[in-house]
Amino acid sequence: MTLSNSNSIFVENLEKKFGDFTAVNKITFSVKKGEIFGFLGANGSGKSTTIRMLCGIITPTSGTGSVAGHDIVTEPEEIKHSIGYMSQKFSLYEDLTPYENLRFYLGVYSVPPSEWEERIDWVLNITRLREEKNRLTKELPPGRPQRLPLGCSLLHKPDVLFLDEPTSGVDPITRQHFWNFIQQLAREGITVFVTTHYMDEARFCQRIVMINEGSIVASGSPAEIIAAACPGKPQADLNDAFITLMTRTDN
Amino acid sequence: MNWLRIKELVRKEFIQLFRDKRNRVTLFVAPFIQMLVFGYVVNYDIRNINVALVDHSYTYESRKLVDTFEGSNIFHITHYATNDDQMEELLLRGKVDMGIKIGPDFAGTIRKGQTASIQIIADGSMSNMASMRMAYTASVIEKFNLDTIRELYPQQMSYGKIDARIRTWYNPNLDSQYFFVPGIVAFLIMLISLLLTSIAIIREKEAGTMEQLIVTPLKASELIIGKTIPYIIISLAQLSAIIVVAIYWFEIPLKGSIILLFFAACLFLLSTLGVGLFISTISATQQQAMMTTFFFIMPFFMLSGFVFPIANMPTFVQWLTYLNPLRYFLVIIRGIFLKGVALEVLWPQFLALAILGGLVFSGAILRFKKRLD
Repeated sequence: MTLSNSNSIFVENLEKKFGDFTAVNKITFSVKKGEIFGFLGANGSGKSTTIRMLCGIITPTSGTGSVAGHDIVTEPEEIKHSIGYMSQKFSLYEDLTPYENLRFYLGVYSVPPSEWEERIDWVLNITRLREEKNRLTKELPPGRPQRLPLGCSLLHKPDVLFLDEPTSGVDPITRQHFWNFIQQLAREGITVFVTTHYMDEARFCQRIVMINEGSIVASGSPAEIIAAACPGKPQADLNDAFITLMTRTDN
Repeated sequence: MNWLRIKELVRKEFIQLFRDKRNRVTLFVAPFIQMLVFGYVVNYDIRNINVALVDHSYTYESRKLVDTFEGSNIFHITHYATNDDQMEELLLRGKVDMGIKIGPDFAGTIRKGQTASIQIIADGSMSNMASMRMAYTASVIEKFNLDTIRELYPQQMSYGKIDARIRTWYNPNLDSQYFFVPGIVAFLIMLISLLLTSIAIIREKEAGTMEQLIVTPLKASELIIGKTIPYIIISLAQLSAIIVVAIYWFEIPLKGSIILLFFAACLFLLSTLGVGLFISTISATQQQAMMTTFFFIMPFFMLSGFVFPIANMPTFVQWLTYLNPLRYFLVIIRGIFLKGVALEVLWPQFLALAILGGLVFSGAILRFKKRLD
């Protein structure tokens, strides 16, 4: 377990089969503590299955891995305490107020009630929802409710934050805010594991792994990936690299 | 098992339930109204029988027969018809339930000491009502015969007579509400607990909030407990409310222990909440859950002995009724309400409810856990 000291996420030969179908085919990668790590792939490439295994929701068919120092096979419950998860779909209670949503998740993460006020205060600050904390979430002005899930996923001070396409359907200004904040979190030592379809956002990642049909097809910094996928094209960007890698059949 | 998580889940569930105006109405007004309406509807008692009379005899004797009918307080001669066609018209239109036709030779035949016939025509489209009306008719005619004999031969009755002193215990006036109102209490509780539980879980699935809950440390068992506690509380609160209606509005006597009744209700809820959980694992949307709930409710209702006696069912179906929690709860609730009996009589039903509830609930939990993975 020497690796887990510097690596926040570490998987080796991780595999998941559903019957005869191999969703994730023996992948190996690691993510350093405090790193923003991009996990990119087309729809159905095995991205979600990998995230579900890392979050302790489904058990891998074979292979090993650890998240925040906990084994993904034997310690899924401990993992759930150390991670925050934000899904692409809005998944909080719209018939509760932001305050009630936060309080519910504090309880679910069994944060001691003595710390609740302070945590709620902090989240209302970063989400800029203080004025609206007692209005029903579904009645908030457009754009506001989307700030809440990120706050909720940070309530219990997780070591690792999983963001599953966090910015789909979000306007450019809010997206900029969002990435500034994510970078700030990373500087504070939180590991950020993010999937996205927007290649211009993948720039914010220090390291990227691209996955296609369950196998890793590229990994490295954005610049390294572009150079390897599109050799001899200095003007190529991540988009070009992504398309090249996802459509290559001889892999 | 972490009680803080369960407590916050229960709290959240109550906030959501009461925030919706429609829910508040459904939860508290609807059972009251249903109890009141159903309590009046389920009534087998035949008190007012409307009769059309065709009297071609028009004599002292025929008048006396008609008076005997009127005197019973059950029959009311509402129409006097002059011929068969008129009488049939009245029956067809449902103006009367029964027709009595007295022929022209009625009085003459009796005076000769022979047996005279009268014709009774009953509306047989509701067969059980018709047969009860016929039974009343027979008793009225018997009374007429007896009175006539007594009038003619007051001194010559050398025989004594039998007087059957019939007492119907537990329901002295044979009031069918006594039988049905406790049944409605049981049925309403089943409907509410079944539907609310399945919808409470489906709602999380539909809204996508279940996905968020799965990545939290919340365990499946905590989720199930947190999701069922609110509905146990609500079901018991509604049980109290409709029991109050049954006792004070319908004046059904509660002879037994109310604590025992609530204990039985808890065992009963184990089964219904289990079925509710099960429905939530096989439905994806609230509409599906509602359809499935009614798919379960109908056989529970028909095979419970609520309306149709189990003893009259084919043997195979009778076996099926042993799987029906409502069957046992009905025996318990009627026993406690009307007979005032307790565990010394009702223990087989309590035991059956406990076993059935335990099996259904733990089965539902296992299935539910598998579904989450």
